[in-house]
Amino acid sequence: MSEDRLDVRKTYKLLINGAFPRSESGRSYEVTSAKGEFLANVAQGSRKDVRDAVVAARAAQSKWWAQSAYNRGQVIYRLAEMAESRRDELAEHVRLGEGLASKKAKVSVSRAIDRIVWYAGWTDKIAQILGSSNPVAGPFFNFSVPAPSGVVGVLAEQDSSLEAFVNAVLAPIAVGNTVVAVASEKRPTPAVLLGEMTATADFPAGLLNIVTGFTGEVAPTLASHEDVDGIDLTGVDEAFADELAQLAAGSIKRVLRPGPSEDASLRRLRAFVEISTVWHTIGQ
Amino acid sequence: MPAVENETQLRALLGGLSGVDAVGAEARAAKLATRSLKKSTKLAALDLAISMVDLTTLEGADTPGRVTSLCTKAMHPDPSDSGVPHVAAACVYPDLVAHARHVLGASPVKVAAVATSFPSGRASLNVKLLDVREAVSAGADEIDMVIDRGAFLSGRLGQVFDEVVAVKEACGSTHLKVILETGELVTYDNVRRASWIAMLAGADFIKTSTGKVGVNATLPTALVMLEAVRDFAETTGVVVGVKVAGGIRSAKDALRYLVVINETVGSAWLSPDRFRFGASSLLNDLLMQRLKQRRGVYVRPDEFSGD
Amino acid sequence: MSDELTNSQLGAMAYDPAPESASIARIKPAYGLFINGEFSDPSSHEAFVTLNPATEEPLASVAQASTADVDRAVYAARRAYDTVWSKTTGAERSKYLFRIARIIQERSRELAVVETLDNGKPIRESRDIDIPLAAAHFFYYAGWADKLDHAGFGPDPKPLGVAGQIIPWNFPLLMAAWKLAPALAAGNTCVLKPAETTPLSALILAEILQQAELPEGVVNIITGDGSTGAALVDHPGVDKIAFTGSTEVGRLIQQRVATSHKHLTLELGGKGANIVFEDAPIDEMIEGIIDGIFFNQGHVCCAGSRLLVQESVADDVLRRLIRRVDQLRVGDPLDKNTDVGAINSAAQLSRIKELTAYGEEEGATRYTSTCSLPDKGYWFAPTVFADVSQSHRIAREEIFGPVLSVLTFRTPEEAVAKANNTNYGLACGVWSEKGSRTLWVAERLRAGVVWANTYNRFDPTSPFGGVRESGFGREGGRHGLEAYLNV
Repeated sequence: MSEDRLDVRKTYKLLINGAFPRSESGRSYEVTSAKGEFLANVAQGSRKDVRDAVVAARAAQSKWWAQSAYNRGQVIYRLAEMAESRRDELAEHVRLGEGLASKKAKVSVSRAIDRIVWYAGWTDKIAQILGSSNPVAGPFFNFSVPAPSGVVGVLAEQDSSLEAFVNAVLAPIAVGNTVVAVASEKRPTPAVLLGEMTATADFPAGLLNIVTGFTGEVAPTLASHEDVDGIDLTGVDEAFADELAQLAAGSIKRVLRPGPSEDASLRRLRAFVEISTVWHTIGQ
Repeated sequence: MPAVENETQLRALLGGLSGVDAVGAEARAAKLATRSLKKSTKLAALDLAISMVDLTTLEGADTPGRVTSLCTKAMHPDPSDSGVPHVAAACVYPDLVAHARHVLGASPVKVAAVATSFPSGRASLNVKLLDVREAVSAGADEIDMVIDRGAFLSGRLGQVFDEVVAVKEACGSTHLKVILETGELVTYDNVRRASWIAMLAGADFIKTSTGKVGVNATLPTALVMLEAVRDFAETTGVVVGVKVAGGIRSAKDALRYLVVINETVGSAWLSPDRFRFGASSLLNDLLMQRLKQRRGVYVRPDEFSGD
Repeated sequence: MSDELTNSQLGAMAYDPAPESASIARIKPAYGLFINGEFSDPSSHEAFVTLNPATEEPLASVAQASTADVDRAVYAARRAYDTVWSKTTGAERSKYLFRIARIIQERSRELAVVETLDNGKPIRESRDIDIPLAAAHFFYYAGWADKLDHAGFGPDPKPLGVAGQIIPWNFPLLMAAWKLAPALAAGNTCVLKPAETTPLSALILAEILQQAELPEGVVNIITGDGSTGAALVDHPGVDKIAFTGSTEVGRLIQQRVATSHKHLTLELGGKGANIVFEDAPIDEMIEGIIDGIFFNQGHVCCAGSRLLVQESVADDVLRRLIRRVDQLRVGDPLDKNTDVGAINSAAQLSRIKELTAYGEEEGATRYTSTCSLPDKGYWFAPTVFADVSQSHRIAREEIFGPVLSVLTFRTPEEAVAKANNTNYGLACGVWSEKGSRTLWVAERLRAGVVWANTYNRFDPTSPFGGVRESGFGREGGRHGLEAYLNV
């Protein structure tokens, strides 16, 4: 058995509506490792790709929310199963992209997988934390439930290529939103791999859409798109975030800016949720 | 028969009907769908289902040639096995009734015609009645009419009732099936009410759908209609049949409907006189399942004629 | 009433037998005690046989745990708690529970057949309800293990330690899941005692725990009779007792535990009232009444065993009910078309017969299904008593069988008063299309669970438990964690 065999290299494509197309613009850009070695020519997403992704996300949203919380949890848990079985591949890409030592990369992947499991367990509990029955002064049964905002745009963090990506996309998904995510510009490959894994994890088409490319180029489209209900601006610098936040204001989007802490806080779960309150009379 | 002389009386009667809890109705239908029919029960059920089929072609592109194929298959669904029962009826558009009658000759297979500006029903009453009369004089044994859903949904229930009465009159002794178009009525409460309107107005059968809209026959809808038929028979002594149409493609689906009949209204309705399947591709799946039961292996679709 | 319908036979289309295959179960001839991660012989070498109540045939020989064995099990649980489980992070505990849930899903068909053979319940119920819900409980609580800070009990809530858990025979695997899942998620270790007549699915669960590589001693499953349970209750090494069973035994346990340091939760009996108003959705309501009392042969603590029907519609409801009761298919639990299975044991059957005899003596009008019953096995035909009043024994005592008592009421207030006229308080049903009235009634009912326009619906997210002599503590939901945390 010879080690001199040529390996078959992967093409890194977008994830839109459950399919893996190249950018409609036909463009790609070079992604290198932290050390500068060539990694891949990754699809350079365009405004139109973002547009298509939003259409897919919108079409998928009501069906995702119509599934039981239990089923949504099962789907997210299955992503963890897929990620676990392909952990070596993920670790390799984290190592190369972030320039980490092999051991640290593995730890990062472990944390990311455990974070997926954490989100899987939230789908059927978040309503018990964020919802309530409210003791109004009158003969009414009054209860508040959290519903998803709808379609959420995510500009993923630039440095942490897997952990932060998982955190940013799964929080809105766990509470019932669908997502259009723009991966880290320089370190997109772990996100692309995760996208591939959603295909075998029973993620419905359009639940998670991933556009790779230059954040600066596609972010304004996402931020100004009127059919996007919320946007996570973590992956851009403050100045650009200000600009995007103003664009987002055009359609009164919910805007998430980086916050006090990331670990195990409910901030991301609360960010793209709408509290809906119902009153019902009580009487014979 | 309770007196229904005007819309006020009709509304009072309908108002006395119980509501339908959608969750409960769907759960009951789902539970009935878990019944497992095996061996001799399954064989008998398959034959019963075949005998209940209204073999249907309702396309703009229908030609005499198409109707000839349909009627031939209706009489002898499986030429290689004379033990297969004939279907209940061939169902066509009114202008092809005469041809169907001709092909069927003295066969016990009935000619059913859709009429009243099927499928939408959006025409004047005069036009709809003329449609019916022409089908009847061309030799139709059964008329499948549509109710005016626009009238129903805008609350003109008396108009819906009156139209059924008028069509029944135009039918004479021809058998009348009243299509409720349950997919457009949407709620089970509406299905129950529309069922009663049709039955009070003289329907011989109530039918779920035209098969031409997005949502056609479903098991819970059939359950609600069979319950209505049961309650109507108990209250008035009048027997009304049920036809489910549209979207029933597999033998498995068909057998589920038979289970619902069995456990809602019972044996007397397990007959083509009181239950029909409006379908086209269903017949071949029934034949395939029948053959599989006898041969003990999965069979090819090409065993049976395509049309 | 017309002849057309009476001449039409309901259920005339006979369904040929459609039996599930018993061989899927792969039951071993004998099982030991599951202690410290492995099966071992009981110290006394005593065993007892568990029967299939539908045929009276023996299924397997099962170990009788002695006081010494209980001691061994508690010791294993304690050691596992001190050395392993209390040092296991929530994230890791979560993943063990997810594994267990997944394996239950994978082995669901086998578990359903075992459950039906050992318990007597119809395969349709074990397959469609018991097993899926058991898996769902593990899935739900798996997701709490790494989120206890957010459960509303303060930051970093701690477990209690070793939980002694005694479960009944009516939903063997599901009850095991209800007990183990929250206890483990919260960080406790467990000693579980399944019911004497239904040990098998818990023993298969033990094999599943081994497949999931749960650390040894974290869960111990010890079979035995009442004496095993008593030894567990009395053991000083146990921090928490959770019991589901009769109020009679619950009382005894509470007395024994009262002077100890042990935490206690009890889920006991009930005499659920299913309240039907004249505007109830008729057909779905009939199904709901039937489901309320004949589901699981009526062996349900929250069974709707009293029908309180508004007098104005009582005759019509009774007529429809009796017509429906006659359609229930009683017989071989392994047959996929069976609706009502076998009574779990000879003892339970004789209790049902005894209490039902009182019904007739007290003057209620008895209607019994005309179904035929098999020769062997423990069977009771579904029965409805009409003209029952609150002073009748059959309206007050829990029969725990397929027997419904029908009473009437005139106003919502009267319905509430009659429903509450009991020392129990587990579950009730309310049937009406008027939401405001349903809510008005619900908030006045003294019950831990109220079902509106449905009955016997369970979900791992929904807290379940009783008030008054139906017990205290809740299982399911965020509230279900409280029983296993030191808060």
